[in-house]
Amino acid sequence: MTHSTGSVSACLPIHSDLDLVRVRQHVRQMTAHLGFGLVEQTKLVTAASELARNALVHGGGGQMECAPVTTGGIRGLRLVFSDQGPGIADLEQALSDGYTSGEGLGMGLGGARRLVHEFSIDSRRGVGTTVAVTSWISGPPRPREAH
Amino acid sequence: MTAASTFPYEGHVPVLRLGGVLLVTLQGDLYDSTAEQLRQDIGETASDSAVTGVVIDLSGVEIVDSFMGRVLSDVAAMTRLLAAQTVVAGMRPAVAITLVELGLTLPGLRTALSTEDAMRQLGDEGSVLPRAGRPHRERP
Ligand SMILES: Nc1ncnc2c1ncn2[C@@H]1O[C@H](COP(=O)(O)OP(=O)(O)OP(=O)(O)O)[C@@H](O)[C@H]1O
Ligand SMILES: [Mg+2]
Repeated sequence: MTHSTGSVSACLPIHSDLDLVRVRQHVRQMTAHLGFGLVEQTKLVTAASELARNALVHGGGGQMECAPVTTGGIRGLRLVFSDQGPGIADLEQALSDGYTSGEGLGMGLGGARRLVHEFSIDSRRGVGTTVAVTSWISGPPRPREAH
Repeated sequence: MTAASTFPYEGHVPVLRLGGVLLVTLQGDLYDSTAEQLRQDIGETASDSAVTGVVIDLSGVEIVDSFMGRVLSDVAAMTRLLAAQTVVAGMRPAVAITLVELGLTLPGLRTALSTEDAMRQLGDEGSVLPRAGRPHRERP
């Protein structure tokens, strides 16, 4: 089971490109604080940037919740991006590399999924989109060996 | 205000002209609007003069996402149309690793370890800059 450690969770608005900068800086600070390595920090910050921009551009704005989590003694960071936008009609298509309904590269969603350890997306047409991602400090947690 | 290294860059990124080369040094975290502006500035500067190369120094940049990646590709494509080369210099290893995993291959972008290295690459192709401390090579 994954527990939120609750202590330093935060909720950041995503309504402008200044907010995108703030989201990146917050995730950078949190990952550094938790002891993520530089590459893992950069991956999670980049994934956050993609998902926050999607919430802004496609979802008409939203928010990011950020919370440190632990499981079996391993620490990680969980980010939840949500918006009340139009939702995604075809998730599989949206996740595939190169698909864009706008003029992007269509790499954001699929790329973000590759950059994190856990990724889930829930999208309902006319209701909105929620994307939750988690990365752990040294690889995804594995079940402890039975003795 | 935050420390210089993380200070978000809003507004204008200076585009320096060194002989036939445009040198752009990016630092910290760029606003999307700043990146857009940069694409425009480079386009304008590159087209109104005999520019043969563009060097973008990324050594101070901590993240490149698909938005910034697109700006870099666009600059490369645009300068190619103007018969010039774009070289991205000093990309941090963590940024490079992340870009690959993100799936951005940045076609048309050449890379160099440092700005000096980028200048040398452009110079060796007979483009630009007389190089200090090196004899000027004549070309046939
Ligand atoms: N939060 C969202 N709300 C509604 N649609 C979304 C959302 N996120 C993604 N999409 C849809 O999924 C598509 C793919 O998203 P993805 O981030 O991969 O590409 P993009 O944003 O179009 O381009 P970029 O490569 O610049 O990110 C989008 O074009 C959009 O149609
Ligand atoms: Mg996107």
